[in-house]
Amino acid sequence: MSFALPPVLRRVAPQVVTLVAVCVLVTLFFPGFLDLRLSDGRLVGPVIDIVKRSAPVALLAIGMTLVIATKGIDLSVGTTMAITGAVAAWCLDSGLGVGPAVALAIATGLVCGLWNGGLVAIIGIQPIVATLILMTAGRGIAQLITEGRILTFNDAGFAWFGSGAILGVPVPAVIWVVTGVALALLMRRTALGLLVEAIGVNRRASAIAGVNATVLLIAVYVASGLCAAFAGIITTADIRGADANNAGLWLELDAILAVVIGGNSLLGGRFSIAASILGALIIQTIDTGILLAGFPSEYNLVIKAALVVIILVLQSPQFMAEVFFWRRFGRKNLAPDTVKEDAR
Amino acid sequence: MKLKTLLATTAAVSLMGLAATAQTVGFSQIGSESGWRAAETTLTKQQAEERGIDLKFSDAQQKQENQIAAIRSFIAQGVDAILLAPVVATGWDSVLEEAKEAEIPVVLLDRRVDSADDLYLTAVGSDLVHEGQVAGEWLVNEVAGEDCRVVELQGTTGSSPAIDRKTGFENAIAGHDNIEIVRSQTGDFTRSMGKEVMESFLQAENGGADICALYAHNDDMAVGAIQAIKEAGLNPGEDILIVSIDAVPDIFKAMAEGDANATVELTPNMAGPAFDALAAYWKDGTMPEKFIQTESRLYTPADDPQAEYENRKDLGY
Repeated sequence: MSFALPPVLRRVAPQVVTLVAVCVLVTLFFPGFLDLRLSDGRLVGPVIDIVKRSAPVALLAIGMTLVIATKGIDLSVGTTMAITGAVAAWCLDSGLGVGPAVALAIATGLVCGLWNGGLVAIIGIQPIVATLILMTAGRGIAQLITEGRILTFNDAGFAWFGSGAILGVPVPAVIWVVTGVALALLMRRTALGLLVEAIGVNRRASAIAGVNATVLLIAVYVASGLCAAFAGIITTADIRGADANNAGLWLELDAILAVVIGGNSLLGGRFSIAASILGALIIQTIDTGILLAGFPSEYNLVIKAALVVIILVLQSPQFMAEVFFWRRFGRKNLAPDTVKEDAR
Repeated sequence: MKLKTLLATTAAVSLMGLAATAQTVGFSQIGSESGWRAAETTLTKQQAEERGIDLKFSDAQQKQENQIAAIRSFIAQGVDAILLAPVVATGWDSVLEEAKEAEIPVVLLDRRVDSADDLYLTAVGSDLVHEGQVAGEWLVNEVAGEDCRVVELQGTTGSSPAIDRKTGFENAIAGHDNIEIVRSQTGDFTRSMGKEVMESFLQAENGGADICALYAHNDDMAVGAIQAIKEAGLNPGEDILIVSIDAVPDIFKAMAEGDANATVELTPNMAGPAFDALAAYWKDGTMPEKFIQTESRLYTPADDPQAEYENRKDLGY
């Protein structure tokens, strides 16, 4: 059956199955999980909340997928969110208006990406170290901009990015869907995706083969910075304030987890943006599911960790090979005749 | 602001030159990890200025070794007293003994230490359980016997403010069967988590129609939750009562707009009572109590929230 599926669907099938399984699991604990209704011309329901709430991690995961495909990693995305959010709030606070606030926030994200990309591609620092610099130092920059307080604003236009709706769909959801589709098309409808994968497999070989590895490497970090800027704008707009201490805190780890749940290898090479986004949705479904189910908060992280372990174990090729082996072995012992038929 | 501080400090320094009796106090602050901490620093400096005390300020940037180094340097300078906001509870014995040998009284601010209590003069702080209790008592009076389903936004799981503020609130509503906590989850003391968790509470409780009140362990989570309630088409402050703790400026703004109902103050003015105790000690050696509890004052919309907001917004919150 499965060979009838188009390659993209076949690639993301495990993630889709996992997402459905997690949804079923949550529905068992919270029966109203799949309820949807229209209120004030916008869709309301737990599922909509998940699609909206997964925006930051999904956006970070999109950028992170590209970075990881080049055998890199970007630890600074959470901090970049805090900086871009602080810049946006500062612009609004000084009365510059929504347009300049968004533009400056995006520009800040691009600069952060450029900094990381430069350190990795030109100076040749290992990605984990290069991005660690901005991860730790950047929060200080964000705190300098906000002067250590939560910088609030009251601009309905900017708040729209966090809590508005387009045709009933929350704006954050629209932003991550559009960003994901745009980047995926850019990668797959051109040779860019292939070149990025080539760098991840062997940067030197791809450079010798004529790929401009330096420029492409910088570009993927810039793309990651751009995605982080979008995420920063959304979180800042959502709470109508820039919280330099907490915005995006540890989200880089959730983003990496989303990429891993999406079945992408941390060793670079082949990647799937769609699978990473599904990974982000799985994480958010678990988070929201835990909240809806009403467990005591001490269990939150344990439940999340247990589910993630199960998902990753089930995705492990070695584990699955083992399972298939023992299943076949078991059948052989029980009924050798049927094995022959299976083999046919 | 900075110029003002500079001028004031200059004035204080020149005053010191005139009056030889001016006391010198060293203050080892944890750092500035939160707005509240920044406000505490600002108020300590203000209080010292008002009393003509020369304050030597040291920011430890969340590191105990920096605090120990700062205390040793205060001892070497021969200050008249040391204020210490300890970053952790353990590991203070030897440096506190050094201060004791040098006969310099040490006053702990806000947090406590595990050392023997003869190693410091006194500790000034708030009673976290009591704060929760004040919030709970407010709700008991507000609903006046009517049934009330409460949702609770806890602080960071396992942190002492979260545990104690939860206990205090539960103590206050114990015996009032009309009030029941139906959902309780951590919002990590942040706005964004407060909003996200409140959204799920609203989904889970019939779109919010079944919720009568929200109790948040800090104001920031309450501010986030207020936005979630608004976006769900409900009216915070009326459809859902909001009570929280800390009394930061933004909750007064919400209160002035009718979105919040009550907050319990965790005063950042720990230095005031500390300086009072020190003044008495310097004067005739009066030993204060070992723990000076600051007032956990309840603020409601009747307390002119707009004015409170104006008072607080420049303290560095």
